[in-house]
Amino acid sequence: MSSPETSEKIPLHVDPTERAWMRAAIAILVVFAISVTIAGFMLGIQLPTTEQRVNPQTLQDAPPWSEPGVREIVAGEQYDVYVVAKRFFYEPNVVEVPAGAEVNFYVTSTDVQHGFKIQDTNVNFMVIPGQVSTLTFTFDEPGSYDYICTEYCGLGHAVMFGSVTVTP
Amino acid sequence: MLTDTTTTPVYELTKSDKRFIGWHIFFAVTALTIGSLFGPLQALQLAGVDWYPNIDFLFIEINGVNSYYQGLTLHGVLNALIWTTFFITGFSTLAVIRGLKRPLAIPMINRVGFWMMVAGLVVAAIPLLGNQASVLYTFYPPMEADSLFYIGLVLVVVGSWIEGLGFYITLYRWRKENPDTRTPFITLAVVINMVMWQIATIGIAVEVLALILPLSFGWVGGIDPQLSRTFFWFTGHPLVYFWLLPAYASWYGMLPKQAGGKLFSDSLARLAFWLFLLLSVPLGFHHQFVDPGVPSGWKYIHSILTFAVGFPSLLTLFTVVASLEYAARKRGGKGLFGWVRALPWGNGSVTAQLLAGILFLFGGIGGIANASYSLNLVLHNTAWVPGHFHLTVASAVTLSFFGISYWLVPHLTGKPLWKPKLAVASSWIYFSGMLIFSNAMHTVGLLGAPRRTPLGLAPYVPAEWNGHLFRVAIGGAIMWIGLMVFVAVVAVTAFQRKRLPEGEVVDVPIAESIQDPQLTPVWLDRWKPWLIATAVLIILAYGPQLIDQVMGIESTSPGFVP
Repeated sequence: MSSPETSEKIPLHVDPTERAWMRAAIAILVVFAISVTIAGFMLGIQLPTTEQRVNPQTLQDAPPWSEPGVREIVAGEQYDVYVVAKRFFYEPNVVEVPAGAEVNFYVTSTDVQHGFKIQDTNVNFMVIPGQVSTLTFTFDEPGSYDYICTEYCGLGHAVMFGSVTVTP
Repeated sequence: MLTDTTTTPVYELTKSDKRFIGWHIFFAVTALTIGSLFGPLQALQLAGVDWYPNIDFLFIEINGVNSYYQGLTLHGVLNALIWTTFFITGFSTLAVIRGLKRPLAIPMINRVGFWMMVAGLVVAAIPLLGNQASVLYTFYPPMEADSLFYIGLVLVVVGSWIEGLGFYITLYRWRKENPDTRTPFITLAVVINMVMWQIATIGIAVEVLALILPLSFGWVGGIDPQLSRTFFWFTGHPLVYFWLLPAYASWYGMLPKQAGGKLFSDSLARLAFWLFLLLSVPLGFHHQFVDPGVPSGWKYIHSILTFAVGFPSLLTLFTVVASLEYAARKRGGKGLFGWVRALPWGNGSVTAQLLAGILFLFGGIGGIANASYSLNLVLHNTAWVPGHFHLTVASAVTLSFFGISYWLVPHLTGKPLWKPKLAVASSWIYFSGMLIFSNAMHTVGLLGAPRRTPLGLAPYVPAEWNGHLFRVAIGGAIMWIGLMVFVAVVAVTAFQRKRLPEGEVVDVPIAESIQDPQLTPVWLDRWKPWLIATAVLIILAYGPQLIDQVMGIESTSPGFVP
């Protein structure tokens, strides 16, 4: 499938308008790439990253997963929240934290893949058996925030949700 | 108004080649017809109307549970995997033969490949219809389907590889016969697409053969779900380019002719396709931005690479619009944008592809948001995502395939297009429905509605979603009507008694280029450098992380029936 050698070198002909368009296209894409870079490295937008491996079959034999829930690290300032996703509920399904505190979410699954999306926040990630998903979030406004399963996990998927109660 | 007929075709396909391509289109359209039946049902379910109990006679009852998810699985598998793959292999066969103006080198290879795909479809259909494979078309482990589902998929993919092998041998023979000619664009385009597909599907082949089937057969007790996802998305994103590139091939290589003009730039058309070969695969982690088992550095790299693949699409936008403008001005079109009205909007094939392109503009813009490392946090697994890919695979691709069918079916059957005005109408109806549907899906997704969820049953749906979900249902129903009109037009065209007048045929519209293809640089017609660059880029972008994940495999997840 190789193509013939030709003796003369043929230059790539590009129409001037198209050349201008190509430059503009590259410029637009570079601007997008820079924006994403700024968001990722300077504005503190974080994505879940490799945290820890667990065994979904023995997960709940030992702490912290044997007793998922809220751990107060520094009162009013820092909390760890452990959530286990199961078909078709979260354990726990109600979490209470104060407004303004840094909350670290740790979520994993004991069965199939699930999702974990806290409505009206940037907390949104996959929950995969064998892996621990984590993100940190600070709730500024008191209120109730649902967390819902966003990945199909079986027949009861649509009813799988819980909620974070943020106290003043 | 009707697709143009001629008495002097440039090259005539043999009857058996036409029948062979026709079988591809037959299975493609049949899959689309069945798969689309579930589309409006899903849309209605989102709005709280459950019609599944009324159609349970359609399902083979094995365990008595029919569900939204079975319908969604059928919809995804039949529309996104079967309709596309069968149409594309058929269209590509035509583009190879007609572009090279020579028959397939070893037709038996292509026939074996095709009937293997059909066998795979039948094998997969058994558990799908029996509700034993309601795992959606992503079939994420450790959720398990019946083994037949995976075996069927393997047969479909391997069958498509074998058809591809037939293309390569044909192109190789042609090259021997024509050492000094540039490969005809239309052939080069579909063969590049097939090569890209074969590279990309290595991921899903490894996932199914090495990870899923051993679990499914009970040879091992568990699977590593994260590693499976990584292999899946190695294939999953290039899959969308596999769907899209045949539509691009038509927009570049055929649509200008149908519109009465020429291809604006042969060189840049080829460059775009080579860039798609290069860039389609090494960006799959942008589907895994929120996966816990992928380091964020790799996610960032793939985000940037995804922007790079935007470049050939922007190149396509320019060349296609410039070709159309050239055609429209030749037809007397005037004005900065007024020329658009001079395009042959009365031709159903042209209209379908123009509307496909318009919807794809929105799809492309949304895709930039999906690809963004940061913005994806708001969108991931929300209704925005199916809103997005209905603008790509279900609009840019599907509407283009409508347009291609409107000349292809008359070409293959020797019969005139039935009711050309209805053909024009089908695309407009579908387009209108899609505007409503996709806008509502994007909006409700931004408000937080999850994808793949029968929201009619969900307890957490706030009142503000309801209006949008209602629009999803309305839009979905309108799309379905447009699609049924398409099916009616091609079905009646194919099965009517009426034939074209003696000696007349509908020829394959192949656009000439304004620039002589022989003046296209040699490096745009040479495989080796592009294949090497593609392999190197994939190894750089995937290699280290893939090795890490494979070395760290923990097969601790047992399977679960949905």
